[in-house]
This record gives sequence, structure tokens and C-alpha cells, in this order.
Amino acid sequence: MITKRIIPCLDVRDGRVVKGVNFQGLSDVSSPVELGKYYSDSGADELVFYDITASAEGRRLFTDILTEVARTIFIPLTVGGGINSLDDFDRVLKYGADKVSVNSGAIKNPRLIFEAAKRYGDQCVVLSADVKRVDGVFRVFARGGRENTGMEAISWIKNGVSLGAGEIVLNSIDTDGVKKGFDLEMLDAVCSAVSVPVIASGGAGGIADFVTLFKTLPRVDAGLAASIFHFGEVTIPALKAELRKNNIPVREV
Amino acid sequence: MIAIVDYGVGNLFSLKSSFAAIGAEAVVTGEADVLRAADKIILPGVGAFGDAADKLRACGLDRVLVDEARRGKPLMGICLGMQLLFEKSFEYGEHAGLALIPGEVRPIAELIPPTLKIPHIGWNALRFTEKKSPLFRGVKEGDCVYFVHSFYAADCAAAVIATAEYGAELTAAVQLENVCGCQFHPEKSGPVGLNILRAFCETEGTTC
Repeated sequence: MITKRIIPCLDVRDGRVVKGVNFQGLSDVSSPVELGKYYSDSGADELVFYDITASAEGRRLFTDILTEVARTIFIPLTVGGGINSLDDFDRVLKYGADKVSVNSGAIKNPRLIFEAAKRYGDQCVVLSADVKRVDGVFRVFARGGRENTGMEAISWIKNGVSLGAGEIVLNSIDTDGVKKGFDLEMLDAVCSAVSVPVIASGGAGGIADFVTLFKTLPRVDAGLAASIFHFGEVTIPALKAELRKNNIPVREV
Repeated sequence: MIAIVDYGVGNLFSLKSSFAAIGAEAVVTGEADVLRAADKIILPGVGAFGDAADKLRACGLDRVLVDEARRGKPLMGICLGMQLLFEKSFEYGEHAGLALIPGEVRPIAELIPPTLKIPHIGWNALRFTEKKSPLFRGVKEGDCVYFVHSFYAADCAAAVIATAEYGAELTAAVQLENVCGCQFHPEKSGPVGLNILRAFCETEGTTC
């Protein structure tokens, strides 16, 4: 039986892990390599690295770190942030990424999904969507959640899947950083619309939120979180033990 | 020395790193002479079967792999590399494989309930067949490994050494004498995967 995946997310800027609350007020947390190794050893099923660096120098720093991570950690690695072209795909795949997550780059140029899926396979292309309710409608936001694209989220995500996205990371801006649980309503709408794996992101405040997520929405494949893991509020072994107790299949380490 | 076949398909960085992590010397190569000189060969691969088979043939490595395997050299195919070991695949048409293991590659969609997602992505538990392969000496029944695939190996019961349950029993690993293959990615399957690669490194070839 396929297991539910637990995925810590590491936002990396200038070679360090940072985490924003509602995408603002970033604070330096730790070394990506050390933190990645710690998570892998404690049972993380996958790691996501978002490169939130803007400068070329920071980009180089990021690929150096990615290589170091891929040399020491043998679980799937997804990389996102600043992916705007096939060259960007090439760059991170060459340095050790297994999957590449596109967000604003795909909003600017949806064909990027198609071209990347054709070259590297659907399994390599993850569509990450930052979604927020605006007047009761799910809208897609770009540029790290700062800009309302006006696009309706469900049709954007369906379009992404038809272009070749192999997985969806759904990040609810409404619940992100609030720590009161995942956005079940939004996730349910996306799971009903697409048949590729859906990864829930935004809102986890504790172990119970993951139990609720997988119990309420069995179609969700994975739960992603950052700060609750980085600050040790939730450890992955404790989280997995609780999921197992609730008959939710998870990988043992 | 272990040779990882480079024929322009897939990312070989993790594979090379995983051998380094278990202290095995591995080279990434597209040269026939290096493959002939290697103690063992890894055939990786991601993407579509037809493209990959064409690329192998275009660089003439298909003959080299078949010859080396027939001489008794240990050969492991990974993911699409495993599928290439079979006679043929029905991924977008019909394509011939290396025919080192009897069987064919078919869409998972034919086999599993339509409610299940395709590709089969994620960590799934291994079930061994009756006679446990030495490849799994460091692995327990139920240990999870990482899968990403939309096609599976069919009609190969005699060679199956492990399966994974996903609406049906999917072929997870195969072995026929010195030729073996994993549908999952051992290089992405944590300590369990590294143990499988380690066991492969310790396999004795019959090359003379």
C-alpha cells in the first residue's frame, strides 16, 4: 500500500534556511545541509527546497548547497524558486534535484510546464500554486503570494495538469503561517478536479492537523510544512507514530 | 568497478553519489570499453521507453549490454532501465527492449482500479516472493522504497523477486541469474535502497 508522505520544506536564501509567516518577516533558521540530513534521518519522505534568492551569486550558492544535499541524502529532492525556463530546469536537475517545482514561471509562461514535461517527463514537473480566497473565489497569486493574478485556481491547476504537471503542491495563503490546520476546503476542491498527486501545504500547527488532513481527505497524498519542523514543535517520528495509530499508512524508518 | 551507463537519459548524480556513500567505486560512462572492463553494470533511465531504447541503440550500447550480461556480468536496471531488460514495451506504440528477461512492459492503467492515481508515485512496501533474493539481504519484508512509474513489467512471473501492492501486485524487482532490475529507485529509497545497492555490489559475477 502506498504511504502518505511527510515533506519538510526548506526556504533557502543566501545559503540558509528561512521561514516566513504569511510570507513576511523571514528569520534565519539553520543550514540546509544539516537540516536536510536531520530530516532524512528522522524519516522525512521527501524534501522540498525553495530558492528565494534573487541575486546570481545567491543562485550559485544555492546550487552548491543542492549538490551537497544530494551527495548526502538519498530521498527525493524537489527544488523550486526562480524556475522560469528549461535552462533553470537543467541547472537544478544537473545539481541533484529529482523534481522541479514551478510557480510564477509557469504563470508567466504556461508552456514551460509542457516543454519541461516533454523533456524530463511528467513526474519531474511539480506545479506549485499559491492560492487565496478573494470575494469567495480561489485565486492564484504570483511572486511569492504578493500579486493577485486574477486567475481562478481550480481551472489553472487543471490546465497545469493537462499541460503535463505530474504533482500539485497546493499552498493556501489563507492558512499559511496561521497554524490552525490545513485548508481542507481548498484541498478538497483541488483533489476533486485533478487525478495527479496533491501535496497539502500551509497551516499545519501540530500533529493533529496531519491526522485530520489524511482522515478527512484520503485523496491527499502528502503533507508539507516548514516552521513546525524547523523549530522542533513537531518531530517526524512522533508525527508518523500518531498517523500509524490512526491507521494512516506511513513509511517506517 | 561499477559502470553506470550514460546514454543521455536521466540524472545520474544521485546514483553516483549513492555508490560513493556505500564506499563503492562507480563511474558514469557511455563508452563500450569501460562497460566491458567494469565488474558490474547499472542501467539507469527515466522518461519514455521508445526514446531510451533508441538512444541505447544509437550509441551501440545495446549490443554491449547484452553481450556482457550473457557473459555473466552482474547487470542491474533501475526504473526505466529495468523495463529495458524485457522483450518489449507498449508505452506509446510497441518497442523492442534488450530481451534479457522474458516479459513485457504494459500500462499500469490496464491493471488497477481507475480510482487510483497514475503514475504510481511514492513510498510503497516491498513483498518478497517465496525465495528471498540475496539482493534483499539487508531489507525486511514491508520496508518501503520509492516508486515513480506509469508502466509495469508483466508476464514475467518466473523472474519476479518482489512486488508492491497498488490496487494490484505490481512488479517491484526482477532477477534472472546475473541480470536484475528494480522498478523503484534504490538511490532515492534511503537506507533501504542503499542496502540493496550494497548487496548488488557484493554480488559475485560468473564472468570468465
